[in-house]
Amino acid sequence: GMVSNWTKIPPPLFKKVVIVLIDALRDDFVFGSKGKQFMPYTTQVVEKGTSYSFIAEAKPPTVTMPRIKALMTGSIPGFIDVVVNLNSPALLDDNLIWQAKTAGKRIIFYGDDTWVKLFPKHFVEYDGTTSFFVSDFTEVDDNVTRHLDRVLKREDWDLLILHYLGLDHIGHMTGPNSPLVGPKLREMDNILKKIHISLLSKVEEASLPNLLVVCGDHGMSETGSHGGSSEGEVHTPLLFISSAFEKRSAPLAQPEHVQQTDLASTLAIGLGLPISRNSVGNLILPVVGGKTMREQLRFVHLNGFQLSRLLQENTPAYEKDPGYEHFKIAEKSHGNWIKLYLEGNNSEILLNLGKKVLKQYLEALKTLSSSLSKQVAQYDMYSMMVGTVIIMEVLLLLLLSVPKALSKRAEFEVPLSPPLFSLLFYLICLVLCAVHVIVCTSAESLCYFCSMSWLTAVGVMMLVSALTCGILSAIAKIFENSRLPPKSPIVSSSSWSEIDVLILAGTIGHVLSLGASSFIEEEHQTWYFLINTLCLVLCQELCRNNFLLKECDPEHSTNVKQNFDSIGETSECKNIEIPAASNSKLGKATSSSELIKGSDKWISLATPWIILICCRLLRSLNQTGVQWAHRPDFGHWLTSSEHKSELSFLAAVSLLMIFFLVQRRCSLVSKIAMALGLLGVYSYRAAIGNVIFPWQHGGKDISKGITEARFVYVFVLGIIFTGTKDLLKSQVISAESSTKSTGLWEVYNGLVLLAALLFRPHNLPVLVFCLLIQTMMTKYIWIPLKFDAAQITIMHYWFGQAFFYFQGNSNGIATVDISAGFVGLDSYVEIPAIFLTAFATYAGPFLWAIHLLCYLSSEVSRNAAAVGHGCFCYALMRSIPVAIYVVLVTALRYHLFIWSVFSPKLLYEGVHVFITAAVCLFFTAMDQNHTYKAQD
Amino acid sequence: MREADIGRLLAANLLCALSIVLAAVIPAVFLDGFSVLGTHLTWLCVCSVCVATLNIILHLVLKPNQSAKRRSFAHKISRFLKCCIYFFMSCILFHAIIVLYGAPLIESVTETFLFAVLLSTFTTLQCLCLLGPNIQAWIRVFSKNGAMSIWESSLQITSMCSILGAWFGAFPIPLDWDRPWQVWPISCSLGATFGYMAGLIIAPLWIHWNRKQLTYKSR
Repeated sequence: GMVSNWTKIPPPLFKKVVIVLIDALRDDFVFGSKGKQFMPYTTQVVEKGTSYSFIAEAKPPTVTMPRIKALMTGSIPGFIDVVVNLNSPALLDDNLIWQAKTAGKRIIFYGDDTWVKLFPKHFVEYDGTTSFFVSDFTEVDDNVTRHLDRVLKREDWDLLILHYLGLDHIGHMTGPNSPLVGPKLREMDNILKKIHISLLSKVEEASLPNLLVVCGDHGMSETGSHGGSSEGEVHTPLLFISSAFEKRSAPLAQPEHVQQTDLASTLAIGLGLPISRNSVGNLILPVVGGKTMREQLRFVHLNGFQLSRLLQENTPAYEKDPGYEHFKIAEKSHGNWIKLYLEGNNSEILLNLGKKVLKQYLEALKTLSSSLSKQVAQYDMYSMMVGTVIIMEVLLLLLLSVPKALSKRAEFEVPLSPPLFSLLFYLICLVLCAVHVIVCTSAESLCYFCSMSWLTAVGVMMLVSALTCGILSAIAKIFENSRLPPKSPIVSSSSWSEIDVLILAGTIGHVLSLGASSFIEEEHQTWYFLINTLCLVLCQELCRNNFLLKECDPEHSTNVKQNFDSIGETSECKNIEIPAASNSKLGKATSSSELIKGSDKWISLATPWIILICCRLLRSLNQTGVQWAHRPDFGHWLTSSEHKSELSFLAAVSLLMIFFLVQRRCSLVSKIAMALGLLGVYSYRAAIGNVIFPWQHGGKDISKGITEARFVYVFVLGIIFTGTKDLLKSQVISAESSTKSTGLWEVYNGLVLLAALLFRPHNLPVLVFCLLIQTMMTKYIWIPLKFDAAQITIMHYWFGQAFFYFQGNSNGIATVDISAGFVGLDSYVEIPAIFLTAFATYAGPFLWAIHLLCYLSSEVSRNAAAVGHGCFCYALMRSIPVAIYVVLVTALRYHLFIWSVFSPKLLYEGVHVFITAAVCLFFTAMDQNHTYKAQD
Repeated sequence: MREADIGRLLAANLLCALSIVLAAVIPAVFLDGFSVLGTHLTWLCVCSVCVATLNIILHLVLKPNQSAKRRSFAHKISRFLKCCIYFFMSCILFHAIIVLYGAPLIESVTETFLFAVLLSTFTTLQCLCLLGPNIQAWIRVFSKNGAMSIWESSLQITSMCSILGAWFGAFPIPLDWDRPWQVWPISCSLGATFGYMAGLIIAPLWIHWNRKQLTYKSR
């Protein structure tokens, strides 16, 4: 301190501290009715014991690792932490654990091994449990509890941290209202009771008291997941239990709200450690309430000093900050108080004065904290601008080349060589480099782009200027072209069909909707709405196609109607050329042949409706989003343990359907491989206990299903390999295009099998409906109505997007199913886990994109440029929303929901762009084959 | 003849629009606590009934399709019954489409159905009045350049506008504003109503401005 004559860090207030972190412990699990019912001991301690209870607010992303960091460093970790959540590297910031270790405290840890990775070599003893097998409810916790009896008897530790994962796993699998939650809470209650009693028994007269801290890292939403910012996910209980506290006399009202980051500062004071450097937390005053006024003032002064220094480091104009001003005032009155105190004035007045100073300090702490929390959100505008400019330039270039790329020849070339030698290019380069130098030398805060090497920076500058020159020359070319032919074929609006209008309006509408946080949270609604409308418009198109023929001869059609009254509506559809006085026999013959055609036509007319019904069923399979996510859906009904047999039946039927839908297009060998693979999928799901075999009753021990999953992988690789072989063959020996087509279909089938393996069993109908809709659309809509490649691409893109959400995905991190990354793997292996998780998450869009490629390459005979058009449109459809979204997010960076809604969406968009880039490369490779062949 | 016809159309349409406005205002006098948002279901019924009766009366008075020949009484009855069945079927169809668009299947089924009735009143009922239970004529009118009189053009425009209004009305539902009009199906039914009223006003104006280009070919 500066004012008092105490210069050393104050001594610890507690001897031993036990932190019990229960993953996904929501506030109502302790303070609500569930707490009263299942946690009687804790409730009694909260209501009558020597304890202080609070509701700690977690900041999104409510994922375990950033929350542990927040608890232990007191800082607010950025969103990028979610990405590295799976592979947590050691925490390098100043933190409580490091401080404790440096101070010679002995720390023991049992629980989630994220801690072990975050704090390697910090614990004198530890036992990490991996948290990735979310289907495990008991073993993860028994792993922790088994050490408890032994460790509580021992005296050779100062800080014991227990991290229980079972509740989180139950939440993930069955939700907060499942019958499994109660017993788990009771188990936790017993553990707390054991620890508390043992801590109480250890207290000796002379020594310091012990402290038990109970907290959750995050809560859970009504569906049991977490990651977002709903109330249930953000509010966690925080209990301090110690014999040092006064016994609570009155039953407590609603617990007070504190920030999760406050724990770090409070524990640092409690353990007599320096507060971590980057902590933005406030000391929770009641915890030190038993100390004298002088000590209390010293604690808050320490906290305030640390916060104001952090502010000084982060803001140049820190002196004008109201928090800093408050702190200075409080510090001054603190000095006066100390003077009075040292004079030996020990009256009531001094105490009241002290309370006033304390109040001033608390006010200052709060203001400092909030302005620091805002400070954390400092943006590196320069780097962001550079990135945005590059993205927008690429988008502009794509848009400018639309007419050329969608022409007959489907050529897409960026005019790069002429601008590279123009004066303008070098001028722009020079200007940009000058700007770069000025910005980077004057910048005070950290800048990502400035910290890059000079060579890279110059490369980026050259890229930017080359793109600018390319855009300018493209614009010039367009002007030239429009001037040369006086009668350019202007697309008049009357030639636009309803489909075109819908596609344009839908694309623009979707892009605009990304500016509103609710529309991002509920983006699935946008896509469902759009594909529904698309289906209805297709239906109208089909009707027109089928019924307009009849228009020409109404008399005739009535004639026909009379003839075919018996077969009902079938006859209405076509104008049949039967002579008016037809021979009855002839009429019958024609009618039967027409009937077949007619039935085809009616199936084709029914197709949009069947697709609509499929979509409606899928929509109620997985409720996603935020507002309606808690609604009951089939997915939860199926995954609940009482409906295992129904789920098994559904999974079996789905796998059969997948086989029937897929087998038409593959060779005998891969048919057999497919069948075996799908059988393997079922036995894998049976092995890990998701589904049951009909002959199997009662419980069977659950394994990880490694053998079964690898069995399926063999077939997946086999099928894909056969397909690739065909593709290579068609490339090397310019065989007929059928080889390539079969090869593509084989690859597609292999991917379908992989998706069947990775999808949760209740999601298998999504795959079935995906295949069904693709088949029906191809047969009855796209081929008969002769849409062009661009329209078909956009329809594929829309359906792909809708299927992304049908799978149960959303724009929140919580819905990513990381368990897919562990199928067939013994432990966490980074590359395959990331690949499998990404594939399982984006299976919908990916399968539709590959289907598009298969379809378009079979269309090559009709339109040679189909694949090229498709690839271009697909890239364009993806880049428009991404580019606009980047601009929108930059503009909305101070929005309240920037971290909880907008940035997860940006993450999803980014990953999707990567996948699209891979798909487009595949497209181009396939297209290249074609052009070579055409040249031969 | 053209100008007079357009005048009659304008008058009829304005009457319809007025009836919708009155349907929102008048019942408040008789019914306690009536408001469009608060007692939405009542309003849906009142509005549908008002528009339906007015349309039928207008049709009987104005007789826009002159081709009506003298028909037997039994024929008229069967025609009327057919109309009723068609109207009911269209309600069911609209209900199905709304459910396919994502409306809840079981809960708030009354709301959904009344909304379907409202949509049918705005679209199907007019078709029935003007064209009779003749699907072929409907398809003709709703295909490109299929209208054969200003009444059919007006029918095209108002039906399109009502459906589009309902379509746009669904947009605000996902927003988290927690406004009373975001409750299902209020925004959609209000959208449909506003769309219908807009259509009623746009139709005569559009026909008036395009009267040179509009050459209705008769059969």
